[in-house]
Amino acid sequence: MQVKFSIFRYDASKDEKPYRQEFSLEVEPTDRILDCLDRIKWDYDGSLTYRRSCSHGICGSDAININGKNMLACQVLIQDIKKKLIRIDPIPGMPVIKDLVVDMTDFFEKYEVVKPYLIAKNPPAKERLQSQAERALIDEAVNCILCGACTSSCPSMWGNPNYLGPAALLKAYRFAFDSRDEAPAEHLEAIDTNDGVWRCHTIFNCVEACPKEINLTWHISQLKKKMVEREF
Amino acid sequence: MVHKHDVIIVGAGLAGLRAAVELADKADVAVLSKVFPTRSHSGAAQGGIAAALGNEEEDRIEWHIFDTVKGSDYLGDQDAIEMMVSEAPDVIYELEHMGVPFSRTKDGRIAQRQFGGHTRPKVSPDGKETRVAIQRACYAADRTGHVILHTLYEQCVKHKVRFYSEFYVMSLIIKDNICRGIVAFDLKNAEIHTFHAKAVMFGTGGYGRAWKITSNAYSNTGDGVAIAFRAGIPLEDMEFVQFHPTGLWKLGILVTEGARGEGGYLRNRFGERFMEKYAPTVMELAPRDLVTRSITTEILEGRGIDGKDYVHLDLTHVGEAKLKERLPEIIGFAKTYVGVDPVKAPIPIQPTAHYSMGGIPTSLYGEVLLDEKGKILTGFYAAGECACVSVHGANRLGTNSLLDAVVHGRRTGKQILKFLQTAEFSDLPNDADQDVKQRIDELFKSSDSKESYHKIKDSLRENMMAKAGVFRNEKDLKEMKELIHELRERYKNVGLRDKSKNFNTELMEILELGNLLEFSDVIVEGAIARQECRGAHWRTDFQKRDDQNWMKHTLAFRTEKGIELRYKPVTVTKYQPQERKY
Repeated sequence: MQVKFSIFRYDASKDEKPYRQEFSLEVEPTDRILDCLDRIKWDYDGSLTYRRSCSHGICGSDAININGKNMLACQVLIQDIKKKLIRIDPIPGMPVIKDLVVDMTDFFEKYEVVKPYLIAKNPPAKERLQSQAERALIDEAVNCILCGACTSSCPSMWGNPNYLGPAALLKAYRFAFDSRDEAPAEHLEAIDTNDGVWRCHTIFNCVEACPKEINLTWHISQLKKKMVEREF
Repeated sequence: MVHKHDVIIVGAGLAGLRAAVELADKADVAVLSKVFPTRSHSGAAQGGIAAALGNEEEDRIEWHIFDTVKGSDYLGDQDAIEMMVSEAPDVIYELEHMGVPFSRTKDGRIAQRQFGGHTRPKVSPDGKETRVAIQRACYAADRTGHVILHTLYEQCVKHKVRFYSEFYVMSLIIKDNICRGIVAFDLKNAEIHTFHAKAVMFGTGGYGRAWKITSNAYSNTGDGVAIAFRAGIPLEDMEFVQFHPTGLWKLGILVTEGARGEGGYLRNRFGERFMEKYAPTVMELAPRDLVTRSITTEILEGRGIDGKDYVHLDLTHVGEAKLKERLPEIIGFAKTYVGVDPVKAPIPIQPTAHYSMGGIPTSLYGEVLLDEKGKILTGFYAAGECACVSVHGANRLGTNSLLDAVVHGRRTGKQILKFLQTAEFSDLPNDADQDVKQRIDELFKSSDSKESYHKIKDSLRENMMAKAGVFRNEKDLKEMKELIHELRERYKNVGLRDKSKNFNTELMEILELGNLLEFSDVIVEGAIARQECRGAHWRTDFQKRDDQNWMKHTLAFRTEKGIELRYKPVTVTKYQPQERKY
């Protein structure tokens, strides 16, 4: 079948402003959007630029915006898209380097703010014990692939670029709620700021954007609850 | 620009990051990677990491050693296997202490599941000893690689390891048998950087992208292996490439062996569990080489589903609750890519190029070796899939790869620390980055109407699949060799269309293709020479393992006259080769 793509183009090193370019391709309904981008790059325009690696939704490289929604290019098939024209853009809210490649420096700096590591001393000789119920508490949170789809979709982040954003908050949850972590307060303090957890206005865009189906807003609400309990 | 670090590690997967954690706080260590660290392909490993913890049932280190030796089809070096397997419990506990969220048993210990080729002895009532599957794979649902990769990255953040992300390595700086650093370019602006170091370590991963159907990421182009080869370092056992039995049909996306570990069946078009014919004792949990050949035989003999090139992985009897708990990613992949809900219907699968047993030869401590006598190249180390110790021999067992990466990453880190106690910075040659500059300039000045790189790449990948895949023969391999030489000639005329220095991924893809061609040549050369069947290298024109002539490692050298093959013996300690039956 014939499909038309309208793709955002911009090379920060030479273009004054972004423009759009259209490509028509003969595709299979089961082709991934990523396959289509490859076809365009290889057959038509070698300068089309995007990130990608694993091609099955685990490395988190290829979050892009397809017809207004943040998704992974490797996880969406042509048949999943109902519209005839497929609009491809970089994920919003982050500076564009080239075409679909955005600068994620700020995203990863915010990740580091929450002390994204287990804080625990004096390990036993074997494993630390953790019950299945305790492990279940962090089951969704550890699935995050740091693709940035959530944070980029968040209107609170668009309004206040200093906001830590859902991905960083989810990481704080992942450790604050890990039964093995001995200093949950350290992770919580890092997000108990003007630009931290309280900036989440439960808009749920992040939940819709997450390619791993993580309910970020629920996790953020658990963080808020824990912090309120801690303070009073 | 010249950077100076005590240690520069190339590759941010499990081997590279585990070494970085070992070195952090004790030395000035930097990690360079062509992708952001958490994008590394270790993260795609699903099913588990092996260790005889005995959390689910009795297990012993020596059983794991024996399985690995037998699984390797007796090409693995037994001293190396013994060391790796003996360290396994320790490195797993360490990972747990760092924060890896393993799935848990009812009593809160690390959960373990069955995997192919991992067995325990069982004495039947008539006194006969057989071996049956054992729960040895430590897992976190079907995201084991993902959670270990993220945890190691978290530890690097904690210890403030310096990263150079989206830098692409192009060459090693070696003079007078001392490795002094590397040359790389920054993807951001195509600027060339020289990294001056006392020690360089490669943890650059495997090379599955040379085949059309592969579970490997776009990034798995064997850069480290090809760069080492060009620098005069031999490559070991490159002809041994594992095809994983269960890749999603047409796409090659990995469906973990854990699916069979949790009870999954393989069925042909008649609904038969055909593994009965090939491995009657362990059935679907035979090692990968054997299962892959069985599936391929079914397909070639017309028993694929609807006569096509796939069979079914049937999980419908495993139960929805267990599937959702243990294999959530697999459910997602199957639904997304082939429109199948594994709870209700079988998954179409076919073998997929998966793991590189061969690579850069190293000592037990990650030191890179220059010849068959074990001469060490000072200051250069390798670990993980790009290295060949050899712990996997001719066929790797599932869950031994993450183990290899973590054990040898750690051990190499320790060895580098020892080396740093006396090592100094050796001078950089004046022209260290000359060749790289010239190559990049050449591409930026090239005419864009010349040969297109993706056509060369497609031809390579399609033909490697057909002629250097699961079943091989001399005629096909020789044709493949010819074709690679033609493709290498055509590659000389490849032009760069994108002339922007800003984030030029076309430039990187072209250079990656050069690496694919470089090492594919070595694979085929080794495969032509090896006139036997062993592990993943199966020659239909020989049909048998030949211990008399071929129980030895291949070492391929790059010479002016072409590839020269030499050999070195396998280290045998306790286990004499036996016929390999399951």
